[in-house]
Amino acid sequence: MGARFAAFAILALLAAVPAIAALLDQPFYLDIFGRAMVYAIAAISLNLILGYGGLISFGHAAFIGIGGYAVGILSVNGIDDVLLQWPAAIGAAGMFALLTGFVVLRTGGAHFIMITLAFAQMLFFLFTSLELYGGDDGLSIPHRGTLAGFKVLDSPVALYYLVFAVLAGALALSARLVESRFGMVLRGCKSNERRMRALGFSTFRYKLAAYVLSGALCGFAGALLALESEFVGPSVLHWSRSGELIVMVVMGGMGTVFGPLFGALAYLMLGHFLGDLTKHWHVILGPVLILIVLYARGGLAGLFARLGKRP
Amino acid sequence: MTLLTVEGLSKRFGGVVACDQVALEVRPGELHAVIGPNGAGKTTLLNLLSGELLSDEGRIALDGREIGALDAPARAALGIGRSFQITSVFGEFTAHENVALAVQARAGHSFRFFAEARRERALADGARDMLERMGLGERANTPAAALSHGEQRQLEIAMALAARPRLLLLDEPTAGMGPSESARMVEFLASLKGTIAMLLVEHDMDAVFALADRITVMTYGRVIATGSPDAIRANDEVRAAYLGTDS
Repeated sequence: MGARFAAFAILALLAAVPAIAALLDQPFYLDIFGRAMVYAIAAISLNLILGYGGLISFGHAAFIGIGGYAVGILSVNGIDDVLLQWPAAIGAAGMFALLTGFVVLRTGGAHFIMITLAFAQMLFFLFTSLELYGGDDGLSIPHRGTLAGFKVLDSPVALYYLVFAVLAGALALSARLVESRFGMVLRGCKSNERRMRALGFSTFRYKLAAYVLSGALCGFAGALLALESEFVGPSVLHWSRSGELIVMVVMGGMGTVFGPLFGALAYLMLGHFLGDLTKHWHVILGPVLILIVLYARGGLAGLFARLGKRP
Repeated sequence: MTLLTVEGLSKRFGGVVACDQVALEVRPGELHAVIGPNGAGKTTLLNLLSGELLSDEGRIALDGREIGALDAPARAALGIGRSFQITSVFGEFTAHENVALAVQARAGHSFRFFAEARRERALADGARDMLERMGLGERANTPAAALSHGEQRQLEIAMALAARPRLLLLDEPTAGMGPSESARMVEFLASLKGTIAMLLVEHDMDAVFALADRITVMTYGRVIATGSPDAIRANDEVRAAYLGTDS
């Protein structure tokens, strides 16, 4: 239970960030950790299909982009309430996952990786050329929306806790999901799809449902990211973002409930603090990642689990 | 009345005819063995019946219903179960989880996202019963990958049975087993006889002649004889083509 203990400790720390930030008079802590939590949610969504379903999506940034643009486009058109923006973001991302899922899930292995990347790149260029909504430059969100008519989101602390609540919800959801009937089918597909089909599972249906669920949750993360940064641009769905999400999941521990939380925080904190030392921080990140993959089987979650077992 | 009817079934891989106008029938409760030298098309035949491969020609009917165009999950849902020649289990799941997943396949849909599957009594109990029947009760919580080869073969059969098939396709269930394990598997299959129809592909002739009600012999993708074990033993063509010197 080492990983679970570590996760709850991290969540407790995250809950305390606003107080610490106020105490140390470092308001930008809210930005850093708020963003890290959003990426953790996106990584959780990717982990559902990558870690538990064995589907290596190299296009998950597309869903972040869709969620972000849904918020941005509604916002500039005067639809301000997040209770309208969020369902739109989640619905649009889920719909994109459904439509592309019919195609990408017919493939496997390297083809799956490349075709998810291809769809994400199509969206990237679509938004780049969408002059009406900022094109290359992206779209500034004029003001943060309201929550059920209340202007609470203007407070950075309120927004922070909102993201925290979504993160906690996403963790709880994925913890339940992977132990459910649906989760067992998904994990069975990763382990041995041929056997699943021989047992009578129409695996395509279940994989499609997982893909849509994952895309929808990632779209939610995109909506929160746009809200936090009051901006959305093509850069959020650049292919390197999809790669970063994979790195987070692998670093944290694929197919573990809390791995994406560890991975997202570790990746972004490394980037932040190493980035202060040198702008070539990826040179350090690369070896760190290789060490984790080689020596910490199951990523950081696996490492914590082993530490927890020591007397 | 026949449970499974196969007529004129053919499958080509490029220039190779793996199954050539195969016809056979399996009666309810019957153990029907398919034998033949390596490359005779036995595994291809099982793959055509289970839906993993689609045939080029011919028809397959289960209980009078045409199933030749259905995919593997649909055929499994109609009651065709199978075991694989090369052990095919979920290595990272425990033995119990393996069988519980097989029970789940036939216990309603699996679009249930919140309730913990392992707490479902029907799944857990069904899996436990099946493991005990297979003699794997004590290994329930062992990851499948950590079981011995023989135990994995047993688990393979337990999974196929847990989905409650009407017709069980068995692809060399004793492959790679030691003599004592092999004898236990034969004993178990004998105990199943009459409760479920089985199509058995097997190289161990002692097992085949001990178990089978009827035997179909294939060479080069074709059926050359079908009949009772005694009739097959006495068939000259079979002796020439396959049984050769040792019978």
